[in-house]
Amino acid sequence: MPAAPVQDTDIARIFRAEYGRAVSVLVRAFGDIDLAEDAVQDAFTEAVRRWPAAGLPPSPAGWIITTARNRAIDRLRREATRDGRHAEAARLHQAGQDPAEEEPVPDERLRLIFTCCHPALGTAAQVALTLRLLGGLSTAEIAHSFLVPEPTMAQRLVRAKGKIRDAQIPYRVPSEAELPSRLGAVLAVLYLIFNEGYAASSGDQLIRAGLCAEAIRLGRLLAQLMPDEPEVTGLLALMLLAESRRAARTTPGGDLVLLADQDRSRWDGQLIAEGQALVRRCLRRGRPGPYQIQAAINAVHSDAPDAAATDWAQIVALYDQLLTVSPSPVVALHRAVAVAEVHGPAAALALVDGLDLTGYYLFHAIRGHLLRQLGRTAEAAAAYRDALDRAGNAAERAFLRGRLQELSPGR
Amino acid sequence: MPQYLLSVYQPDGDPPPPEVLDPIMASVRAWNTELRAAGAWVFTGRLHPPDTATVVRVRDGGTVVTDGPFIEGKEHLGGFTVITAPDLDAALAWARQLAEVTTLPIEVRPAIAGA
Repeated sequence: MPAAPVQDTDIARIFRAEYGRAVSVLVRAFGDIDLAEDAVQDAFTEAVRRWPAAGLPPSPAGWIITTARNRAIDRLRREATRDGRHAEAARLHQAGQDPAEEEPVPDERLRLIFTCCHPALGTAAQVALTLRLLGGLSTAEIAHSFLVPEPTMAQRLVRAKGKIRDAQIPYRVPSEAELPSRLGAVLAVLYLIFNEGYAASSGDQLIRAGLCAEAIRLGRLLAQLMPDEPEVTGLLALMLLAESRRAARTTPGGDLVLLADQDRSRWDGQLIAEGQALVRRCLRRGRPGPYQIQAAINAVHSDAPDAAATDWAQIVALYDQLLTVSPSPVVALHRAVAVAEVHGPAAALALVDGLDLTGYYLFHAIRGHLLRQLGRTAEAAAAYRDALDRAGNAAERAFLRGRLQELSPGR
Repeated sequence: MPQYLLSVYQPDGDPPPPEVLDPIMASVRAWNTELRAAGAWVFTGRLHPPDTATVVRVRDGGTVVTDGPFIEGKEHLGGFTVITAPDLDAALAWARQLAEVTTLPIEVRPAIAGA
């Protein structure tokens, strides 16, 4: 059978799909992240050179992993001649396997996720490592996504990898006793990546779609690797349901559109169907957690053909449940928005005013919204101005300026 | 096997009264016994307060001695233990126990192998 022509885009696609798996297998084999990354890069360089002429191997992932393993051994041998430190490692691994040979493709990505999201690493380092090692994003791409100078991001990655090596952060899936808290850290990292894409904390744009897509890709991977953890499924469902509204969340000019004002025909029905099916599946397990409940809240919104048809009583009940499993003033703030729909803005404002969230832009924006509904225009304008001072991205600020305009036209 | 330095940081000022301190020290001794039984213990040091510290420097070939600790802070290094552990998780598990019995933060630092 003649091999199909191989395009650079095919190799790029395989890189994105298989990089994390290849790095995870190499880290497992050699216990050295830098060596693993370099060897996998070498293997892809080799693929770019060979595949266009030779055609795609039967198992591209297997070819990459075998080639990378051989390259890693070459590197260790070179090191071993200079430095006895690597001599034993080189001796332990046998080279010379033919990458064309079929071999089962192992997957050690679950271990790698837990290493990247180890609590001994800071959150920023966890996020950067996860995107780098599992997502295969370049340092420049990660730096750009988080609006950090590239040398800063490079430094962050070097430091994190250095700590994993020197402090010997283990490369394993935590024991059952540790799993709930350790998995919580992994889910938090994925959700943080998603949220940074969904509502950027700084910059010109509200949405950075690349980060959302990457978080969903990693969420799918985790759901596949840990099918029995309902919170993993819950987080994936939550991200899919939020993502389903992306096209409707901004105007063509990039301005923010509130949920109530969104054109629901622009919601992505396929993502909604998938997200809702996942919500039903994980809730059936009877082990609700914060991600599952937030997903369920989003599923209720997705059910409503228009904003007026929203089952707000159901949403208030879900927020009550969310407050019992993860009490936080931010959850209480969102609950108040639902309360406003059921019991009116005065009841909601009383709840909001009791919250200690004055540093949070949404607290002021929601107060402004409720005060406006109550006809307390001057106070509403003051609240919107407080929100404006604290909003993270340009789209949010433009929205708030619009609201201020409506309240005091001519100013 | 890697070694880790577990440092106990305590607030400056007078130590707690004996009725508080004594049970804590008994728990720390029990922790030490457990550490030795597990074969993880390497070395332990308990320190006098930082106002007993002296810093020595060499300047232009001469010795300069100053009274007091090198770093002034609201907390100081009160004691330390060096342990061996297979990896950071194992070291953190020992540190967690020590933090629990002392009610103080424990800093865990890996030692450079063969140094």
